Amino acid sequence: MTLHLINKTPSESSALSDSLSAVSEGDALLLIENGVYAALPGYAALFTRLPGSVQCYLLENDAQARGLKDLNQEFRQIDYDGFVELSCRYSKVVSWF
Amino acid sequence: MSDSKKSFLIINRKAPYGSSAARDALDVALTISVFEQPLSLLFLDDGVLQLLPEHNAAAIGQKNLSANLAMLEMYDIDQLYVCSRALEQRGIRPSDIKLNITLLDQNGIATLIKQQDQVLSF
Repeated sequence: MTLHLINKTPSESSALSDSLSAVSEGDALLLIENGVYAALPGYAALFTRLPGSVQCYLLENDAQARGLKDLNQEFRQIDYDGFVELSCRYSKVVSWF
Repeated sequence: MSDSKKSFLIINRKAPYGSSAARDALDVALTISVFEQPLSLLFLDDGVLQLLPEHNAAAIGQKNLSANLAMLEMYDIDQLYVCSRALEQRGIRPSDIKLNITLLDQNGIATLIKQQDQVLSF
């Protein structure tokens, strides 16, 4: 099982769409840095076709830094400790930078 | 310095914090205002994300950009234009933005650019 890291907004690169087409059952998605903007409600449609077993997370420090509120409820907010924990829990980490 | 004035437009197209683009644009805006040249700022694409209020950049060890944007008016930089389509695409309501902005459609953007003597893009 793989943890996919995304650090770009949906419009600044194809990183998010590339990662979404490479996600398998049981994988997890973690939005960091500018990637957290993908959890704005306007982008919710991008994530509707993900398998139900895929867990979605975002780094709360990056969301707070950017003044983001009322984000997509599919994403669970984690802190830096949670980031470390996820990196250990999944056997592989793929960075879509 | 001569009396002649040139109008400047700064185009912001990048999200804050992921790169230095937003801060660089702000530095240039303040420099232009020191020389008392007419200046407008235009926010397009991911640039509109700079306008969301209440940043807490300390959470990632950086300085707040929203505080700097809020004080632009003190430097007589009050012409802020925002692409309405970019807001819509990101699910941001104009009322979410606490700055005094003017919304522009695609035609309005073209007209604004055409009116300027110089355009700088970040």
